[in-house]
Amino acid sequence: MEFKDYYKLLDIDRTATAADIKSAYRKLARKYHPDVSKEPQAEARFKEIGEAYEVLQDPEKRAAYDQLGNRWREGQEFTPPPEWGAGFEFTSDGASEAAAKDYSDFFSTLFGNFSHRGASTRIHGEDHHAKIFITLDDAFHGGTHTITLRSPQVDAQGRVVLRERSLNVQIPKGIHESQHIRLAGQGAPGIKGTTPGDLYLEIHFHPHPLYQVQGRDLSLSLPIAPWEAALGATVKAPTPTGVVEVKIPPGSQSGRKLRLKGRGIPGEPAGDLYLALEVVLPKADTEQAQQIYQAMARELAFNPREALEV
Amino acid sequence: MDREQDLLIGSVIGDEGVLSIEELARACSAEPQWIIELVSVGVLEPQGREISRWRFRATDLTCARRVARLQRDFDASLDAAAVMLDLLDQIEQLRARLKLAGLDVE
Repeated sequence: MEFKDYYKLLDIDRTATAADIKSAYRKLARKYHPDVSKEPQAEARFKEIGEAYEVLQDPEKRAAYDQLGNRWREGQEFTPPPEWGAGFEFTSDGASEAAAKDYSDFFSTLFGNFSHRGASTRIHGEDHHAKIFITLDDAFHGGTHTITLRSPQVDAQGRVVLRERSLNVQIPKGIHESQHIRLAGQGAPGIKGTTPGDLYLEIHFHPHPLYQVQGRDLSLSLPIAPWEAALGATVKAPTPTGVVEVKIPPGSQSGRKLRLKGRGIPGEPAGDLYLALEVVLPKADTEQAQQIYQAMARELAFNPREALEV
Repeated sequence: MDREQDLLIGSVIGDEGVLSIEELARACSAEPQWIIELVSVGVLEPQGREISRWRFRATDLTCARRVARLQRDFDASLDAAAVMLDLLDQIEQLRARLKLAGLDVE
């Protein structure tokens, strides 16, 4: 496992005071909080600094961590020294137990040995949450999805260890972005025979090369030729369920939107597919093409800047 | 483990209210009283009149969990977190519109 240099992650000295640590954490939390940040890898960075803060803000954990001294650098291969943990007993509240599943192997190995204060009063095991990324095709036809989850579990010695498990989940037809699938009983196990928690999967779509998704509706940019736009035409357009013929009304301009009712994500009611027309000009790279453009210039009394009064 | 092989069929939390106040509170690792506060400041809009009949939908679950994170990670008051939530919503809508217009900001 890799060594984590928590001081480096928070960009502070080993001599930092509790106030320094808090303010360094706050500053980084504002920058990388997954709800407010658009930094790449914000979520992963936020977990790292959360883990660093969890250790350094807790005098017991910090003291134990400091005992490791300066022997390792960030990312270096690490095995805990045999004397590790002697004389320490880490206490923890429910919150850090919940966060523990996001922490590194390094953290779980060093600090996984915490007690479960207060946990016995709960009626249910905790609910867990995960995001899954599905394809638009899954939403149209339904499908199955395998997810791998890491979750903290208590082993026979009372240590919290991270276990990986994979689940096969049915993706129902018609599901869309930001909906959730609730899997009853797949959250944290109940403690002392109580009901296990549920697992909530938040649905997100992989970006699609053609379609933009908004709720159940889709939109697609549809290129058309100038004469199709001007004279009207029947043209082919792709939809997630196959090619359709679409009537372009005469006198269409770029940006005009045509709605194909019910061609969005299936459901009651089904979403719509919006086609945004985009007029594409043929290149004037042959003599013949140039002649056609010249004829238009000569014979059409057209001023595209009329509205600008020039 | 046997269940690794099984196909799990869940229930969809979508645009219709299905979650009770207790279920929503549990999904946020919070107390029902906190959900009542979120409703009173207007962050959540349940279907149903009496508290025992309140039913929450997917957007409520997303908002409530987001407020919980903002409160926890920034020590924010409920009102401050609610303002952050509104601003984040507006940013998301603007980003979506930019994307539709082909102006990707990322």
